[in-house]
Amino acid sequence: MTFSPELEAKFARLLTSYPPGRQRSAMVPMLLYAQDEIGSITQELVEEVARRVGVTPMQVEEVLSYYSMLHRKPLGKYHVQICTNISCLLTGGEQLWQRACGKLGIGHKEATADGQISLEEVECIGACSWAPALQVNYDFHHKVTPEQLDQLLDSLRKTH
Amino acid sequence: MLYNPPSPLETKVLTRRFGLPNSAAVDTYLATDGYKAFKKALEMKPDAIIEEVKVSNLRGRGGAGFPAGMKWSFVPRNSPKPKYIVVNADESEPGTCKDRLLMENDPHQLIEGMLIAGLAVDAHAGYIYVRGEYRYLIEILDKAIAEAYDKGYLGKNLQGSNFSFDAYTHSGAGAYECGEESALLESLEGKRGIPRIRPPFPAVVGAFQCPTILNNVETYCAVPPILRDGGAAFAALGVPKAGGTKLTCLTGHVNKPGVYELPLGFPVDRMINEVGGGIRGGKKLKAFIPGGSSCPVLTAAECEGLTMDYDAMAKKKTMLGSGGVVIMDEDTCMVKVALRIMRFYAHESCGWCIPCREGTTWIRKILTRFHDGMGRKDDINLLGDLAKNMLGRTFCPLGDAAALPTISIVEKFREEFEAHLDGKPCPYEKELVTA
Amino acid sequence: MPNSVKFTINDRQLEAPAGTLVIEAAKRNGIEIPSFCYYEGLALQAACRMCLVEIEKAPKLMVACTTPVAEGMVVRTESEPVRQARKYMLEFLLSNHPLDCPVCDKGGECELQDMAFRYGVGESRFTEQKIHVDEKQWSPVVFYDMPRCILCFRCVRICNEGMGVNALGVINRGAVSEIAPNHGDHLECDECGMCIDICPVGALTSGTYRYKTRPWEMEHTGTICTHCSNGCKTTLGVRNDQIIRGNNRDRSGINGEFLCVKGRYGFDFQDHPDRLQSPLVRLDGKLEPVSWSKALEVVVQKFQEVKGRSGTVGVIGSNHTTNEENYYLQKFARQVLATNNIDHHRTGDVVTLVDAVSGSPAALATTRDLYEKKAILVIGADLALEQPFLSFQIRANYRHHQAHVYVVTAKPVREDNYAAAFLRAEPGAELSAVESLRDKLKGEPELVILYGDAMKGGAVRKLAAFGASLGIPVQYVPLVDYSNSRGAADMGLTPELLPGYKPLGLTGMTVAEMLAAEDLDLLWVVGANPLKNAKLQAKKAFVVVQEMFLTETAQIADVVLPAASAYEKNGTVTNVCGEVQRLQKAAQTMGAKPDLEIIGLIAKEMGVAREMGPWVPDKVFDEIRRTVRGYDIPVEAIMTGGAAQTMPVNGRIPIEVRVDSIRSAHDNLFTSGTLGRYSKMLNSVLEKRLNRE
Repeated sequence: MTFSPELEAKFARLLTSYPPGRQRSAMVPMLLYAQDEIGSITQELVEEVARRVGVTPMQVEEVLSYYSMLHRKPLGKYHVQICTNISCLLTGGEQLWQRACGKLGIGHKEATADGQISLEEVECIGACSWAPALQVNYDFHHKVTPEQLDQLLDSLRKTH
Repeated sequence: MLYNPPSPLETKVLTRRFGLPNSAAVDTYLATDGYKAFKKALEMKPDAIIEEVKVSNLRGRGGAGFPAGMKWSFVPRNSPKPKYIVVNADESEPGTCKDRLLMENDPHQLIEGMLIAGLAVDAHAGYIYVRGEYRYLIEILDKAIAEAYDKGYLGKNLQGSNFSFDAYTHSGAGAYECGEESALLESLEGKRGIPRIRPPFPAVVGAFQCPTILNNVETYCAVPPILRDGGAAFAALGVPKAGGTKLTCLTGHVNKPGVYELPLGFPVDRMINEVGGGIRGGKKLKAFIPGGSSCPVLTAAECEGLTMDYDAMAKKKTMLGSGGVVIMDEDTCMVKVALRIMRFYAHESCGWCIPCREGTTWIRKILTRFHDGMGRKDDINLLGDLAKNMLGRTFCPLGDAAALPTISIVEKFREEFEAHLDGKPCPYEKELVTA
Repeated sequence: MPNSVKFTINDRQLEAPAGTLVIEAAKRNGIEIPSFCYYEGLALQAACRMCLVEIEKAPKLMVACTTPVAEGMVVRTESEPVRQARKYMLEFLLSNHPLDCPVCDKGGECELQDMAFRYGVGESRFTEQKIHVDEKQWSPVVFYDMPRCILCFRCVRICNEGMGVNALGVINRGAVSEIAPNHGDHLECDECGMCIDICPVGALTSGTYRYKTRPWEMEHTGTICTHCSNGCKTTLGVRNDQIIRGNNRDRSGINGEFLCVKGRYGFDFQDHPDRLQSPLVRLDGKLEPVSWSKALEVVVQKFQEVKGRSGTVGVIGSNHTTNEENYYLQKFARQVLATNNIDHHRTGDVVTLVDAVSGSPAALATTRDLYEKKAILVIGADLALEQPFLSFQIRANYRHHQAHVYVVTAKPVREDNYAAAFLRAEPGAELSAVESLRDKLKGEPELVILYGDAMKGGAVRKLAAFGASLGIPVQYVPLVDYSNSRGAADMGLTPELLPGYKPLGLTGMTVAEMLAAEDLDLLWVVGANPLKNAKLQAKKAFVVVQEMFLTETAQIADVVLPAASAYEKNGTVTNVCGEVQRLQKAAQTMGAKPDLEIIGLIAKEMGVAREMGPWVPDKVFDEIRRTVRGYDIPVEAIMTGGAAQTMPVNGRIPIEVRVDSIRSAHDNLFTSGTLGRYSKMLNSVLEKRLNRE
């Protein structure tokens, strides 16, 4: 499997970040960074990472299926993650979530037909004091109002 | 950057550089006493460093509040194995968003804390385990680490001494359970985040099966000020058994939610009304979570005269926790709160042990049905019963974290459950929609 | 007791070595603490929380499976808080567990059912929707029903730790966690079925057994597996003379609960439709069914005729028949037919070794030694595929005692994964590789050497000399192929040696020589198929075959006598380590007779019954004990289902071993000579694997 030079550089750094014989430690970050580039975790990627860190593909599968940010199915170009956990719940997170679902016509862990936007109702993302919050890919959006959500989704739909 | 304006009531020790231009840069750090504590520690014997931390009464800021100095003293310094410093930056306790700010605004303070811990236990490598959602922090931390290597604060023979130390960032990928220390270590080794059987504790068998200090970001960040200004000075900021300040995340129904550094022992009513600017819309306080969703919920009455410290909270049968304060006003549906909290724990249960795996799911299902107006009177007792059957019997504290808030909500807000019976719609649903 | 601690459990004063886990200390004193995930010999989990007990001064209930006993510890396992915790742990467990016990294979012998009965609540408070996931088939023998799974992780551990296969894992998290196979939707593994056997509930079920019967409808007979030479005890579940299941859940026998695919599923040749159920006699060139009396009459007439004119007779015995049958057969050949032309398919060189270590009574290792000795050297054998129980023992030794394992083989083997050193050596070049390990081996306190058929004759003698030169106690296991290969050699199914390796001073014909002899008048084959890959040169020879199936050899026979399988008779067999164990008749096939009875009936018809002695297994075994070197073993041990090792090492064997006649068939996990060809299950597994390749 070939990756971008930047990702290869990250992999190389990761594989030397741990004590000798502990390359397996690099597995989760490798999967996450590769997912960012590829869009999802493919079987080919599982086998490649398994080979590079010296474990079996099943051992990779065991690990990746544990972590909620690792996805076997492709996400949208913009993965909108809306928090509805306690602090966001108290400040309108649920309404944001329902509004986004209604506006895009998709639900939890689903993507728009054009693959532009996907939605996920997520657990606490660590923005509780600036709730309600969401993340588009890794970018935080704090104190999001319904109007701001509309604008955001519109802009994501347009950006190609 | 800062996401809320500071409060004049804060005691800024760990956050003193917040708001400075380029606060994350090493030059800013060095210009503001940065790495002085490390240089001082280089001249100290390991025991003296640990003693200073003990004197400071610094208690773990991740939630459990275990005395940090004592934890460090458990590391067998003479073990032939390498030792490791691991930073728990898997901040994922609902209501908590403080470590993020410490890493974003002052990453060198964290690195300096790791270095001092390394000196204390003869460790030469450290890992910062950052939750996957905080990707941007990895970039900030990696940049700070590179700067520290440049300036001779990481790498070999630091500042001309024979002490060497390497630091690395490591990204998680979405798992609350990895905030539990032994699960974090498993995750760091590239495995499923399943907690380990303890004992042995990480101090003896930790990262890569070697002796390890594992503390929360805020705990490490408190170490440079402690070494620089003395443990006694830090201790004096707090209350007798818990020294220093605590980064407190005010969330929920207050006018000025935000992260504020307050001395331990700060009164709850002042925190809500003066720091937080009071309850939104002039409403009344209904319920209060002192430190993240794992803590038993307090009623407004219980908050009277209460102060923000470990022992005061313990007296009220709750916990100071992680500093994630959740403030709920009179229009909050406590059934909904209980449901949302349990939904979280059911989602995050690792599945290893029976009571947590089955208990959280079961309770979630009952609460969902209940909130949808299909509750039965018996369910109210059943909820409390199931939570009690989990309590203290699970493999790791996640089971307790799920059980405790449930038990407290069922006991303290029973009438709200009764108000949902007989197919009645949630009495608060309207307010929530317009919130 | 050194390093022992005193403590009390349920007010009983007890003592145990420091470090003993509370659950084990309790068990050893007859106090049961229930558990699902705790499993002796496998990694600790502390996952099921069933073993919570009260320990004084502890702030909460503690798990007995990971808490070691301590001086002065006060434990209570039946107090009210403990009972309450257990009861409600079961309630949690049953919340998502389907109550399909009436159709579940495990019903009646389910650990969860038993626990619910003993400790559980009578009714369920769970009224929500249960999690449902459809059942999956992972291989011809393994099915997984996720909702029934209680996630005790026994299967994962027995596969990874016990078998060294790593075919099972855990995926997802929380309530939807499940066990998963190593290749997405299917398993690629040894198909040993250990995962199914160890499953406390009906989550893992077996392709051969599922939905066939209720456990209480079967009779259970512990006998010895009839496939490879390892001699595992397999407990056959039989209903109406049909064998339905093989397992060893009671962990009796040398193998404990270990069984490979053959021991667990390879019994189905027994009721194969091609099984011979009537004697056959060649009439007008065609084999036609006849009565037993008619067939015996034909045989006896021919035997007497050939004997009367001193014709050339050849007798070929079996690697699967019992010691009694083998002994009786060679006695008949030598005393009645007056020939030493008796042989069997030899699969390993036992004789040279027994001669070379003569006088050292401890020189032959037992299967237990493979688990206990500090160092093991494997030469020229892929144990995991060909000697699976021996491989299991060595792996467990490494896991539990950190044994040093050395490997010298032509190809990579599973033992490499944990070997202290492994070397690759082509057949014939093993000794120089072994020599290069000398310094390492000399540093070991003791050593067990296992060698395959590449080592024979002079090479074995050199190996024994090498062992003797190390200056440490060395034991050996000469590897052989089949369930009674060792017994066939011990019982004198050889043209040059009498039972107990007593030299004859002359030699009869080997198998190859018999097949090549153009003047052979009579060939009597008992339980062997020498013509599978060879031709009989004597065109006029009268051929009598005792067999279960119409094999290549039976097809050219003049008389075929239907024989009972090992699962249909009593007697003893001797495994690869010389351990003698008893077969127990578990079923019968109409029309077939045990070989011992067939030979006895021939003797009777020939009028030599008195000379031959009774054809009753116990009586023949008595004679063997009295007359065969090494077989004077404690009879109580084997009568009670145990094993006793034979040590035929008290005397030299001054003969030249015919190394050309020693050749292992190298059957793997899924082949087993004739028996394997008639096992539907083994063939279906093989087919699946071939299709994938």
